[in-house]
Amino acid sequence: MIIKGRKISRGIAEGKVLLSKDPISFLGNVDPESGKIIDPNHMLYGKSISGKVLVFPYGKGSTVGSYVIYQLSKNKVAPAAMINLDSEPIVAVGAIISEIPLVDRLEKNPYSLLKDEDIIKVNGNLGLIEIEDK
Amino acid sequence: MYLTTDEERILEGEEGETLRKAMEILVALGDIYGADCLIPIKSAQIAGVSYKTIGDAGLEWISDLKGHVKVPSVLNPAGMDMIRWNEMGISRDFAKKQKQIVEAYGRLGINTMCTCTPYYLKGFSVGYGDHLAWSESSAVSYANSVIGARTNREGGPSALSAALVGKTANYGYHLDEKRIPNIGIRVECNLKGADYGALGYVAGKISGNMVPIFSLTSNPTNDELKSLGAAMAASGAVALYHVENVTPEARKMKYDFPEEVVVIERADIEEVYATVGGSDGNSECDVAAAGCPHCSPKELESIAQMIKGKTVDKEFWVFTSREVATKYPDLVETIEKSGAKVLCDTCMIVSPAANNFHHMAVNSGKAYSYIPGMCRINSTLCDLEHCIKKVVSDDN
Repeated sequence: MIIKGRKISRGIAEGKVLLSKDPISFLGNVDPESGKIIDPNHMLYGKSISGKVLVFPYGKGSTVGSYVIYQLSKNKVAPAAMINLDSEPIVAVGAIISEIPLVDRLEKNPYSLLKDEDIIKVNGNLGLIEIEDK
Repeated sequence: MYLTTDEERILEGEEGETLRKAMEILVALGDIYGADCLIPIKSAQIAGVSYKTIGDAGLEWISDLKGHVKVPSVLNPAGMDMIRWNEMGISRDFAKKQKQIVEAYGRLGINTMCTCTPYYLKGFSVGYGDHLAWSESSAVSYANSVIGARTNREGGPSALSAALVGKTANYGYHLDEKRIPNIGIRVECNLKGADYGALGYVAGKISGNMVPIFSLTSNPTNDELKSLGAAMAASGAVALYHVENVTPEARKMKYDFPEEVVVIERADIEEVYATVGGSDGNSECDVAAAGCPHCSPKELESIAQMIKGKTVDKEFWVFTSREVATKYPDLVETIEKSGAKVLCDTCMIVSPAANNFHHMAVNSGKAYSYIPGMCRINSTLCDLEHCIKKVVSDDN
């Protein structure tokens, strides 16, 4: 099944879904060394975003968050791809400089469509996601 | 967003990886904000310079870039005076990282002057209607409001991308319709000097990210407007404001005064002076600072006149751009004779120097607003004369 959205950052990647209903501030919420969520108040606290297709509504917090995404990618613990409800500049810029595919505004609500551990493909060149038909 | 053939070529990577990513950033931001095309810019000012704010993450990214900026570009203040960092109590490790950041920007052809007042620099003259990609919030406010140029508040990577491509996406304050005032602020008392910082602090909280237009009874200087805009961009997110019969765009466009009007009185201004920012309201000022935003030649002159012949017994810092300090060595000498320091390339907010103190007196509404959060110390707003009084020993 193909779900169309909007392309923000190019590239194609596949991975297991990790859903967050909380927005993410990459500066402060995420440890750039391990790729784990380190904010006890975040719903993903203790979980690793490394290699995942990270689904979250949008980024928030300091613009330094863009560089933290870059650091995650240099440390090889970045998400494989990201899906937002609505991308904002911090995450958009972070994804582009780190070459992480990012799409937003899917035509179907990703939170009702996807669940944790689903394997999906994010195509940032065409701005869509591919879910294997069961 | 519409792209020209040339822009498409860059996006496909035909001019290298750095430019491809720069173009991808501009296009992504343009799409997010609904821009129709890219527009050429006259200059860029790039944030994300202080090691205190961008850390190793930022240093790594900048160091990996290759290329050369297409328009005059300059940096935001760094975390230290690039020459006299030792006197500021900056650690050797911090200094080493800070130098690496500035050098990495320099390799991209960026002027490594680090200042929040690029409009004073040679080669950065800005005119009415010019399109820019500037980052630092007070510089953005000054360019938009006092000069009538057009810039959004760019993030570090987007300003750098705009500098490398020579263009930015056409949205926000580049468009006529986004520049129309939508909140009126009527001030019913005469103002002078630091009053404008206090007014900005109050008005910024009221305005959020709206475009205010002021009706004032006094006639502000450009330095006073600089202080007003800087404070509004700190306590709120105001990137453009107008002053009836004063700022160039308000004079030319004759904007209608909005229906939503807020009145600010003397008591509102006095309340800011009387309120200590931060947690420890009883502590005494142990340091004072001027030059947020960086001092103009006129402001340096006022400080020199006021402090001449006096001796300070507490730290007093005066921040300005290296270009202005170099141009006026006599003023710098007069100020430093008192024991005060004239520091360049940095400021009280972005450098870690203030961490060694408890309570800073400032004549800037912006510094007053940021110091408790960014430096974890208290702040008091007062006019320049009182800032100096707080650091000068009683016997002179």
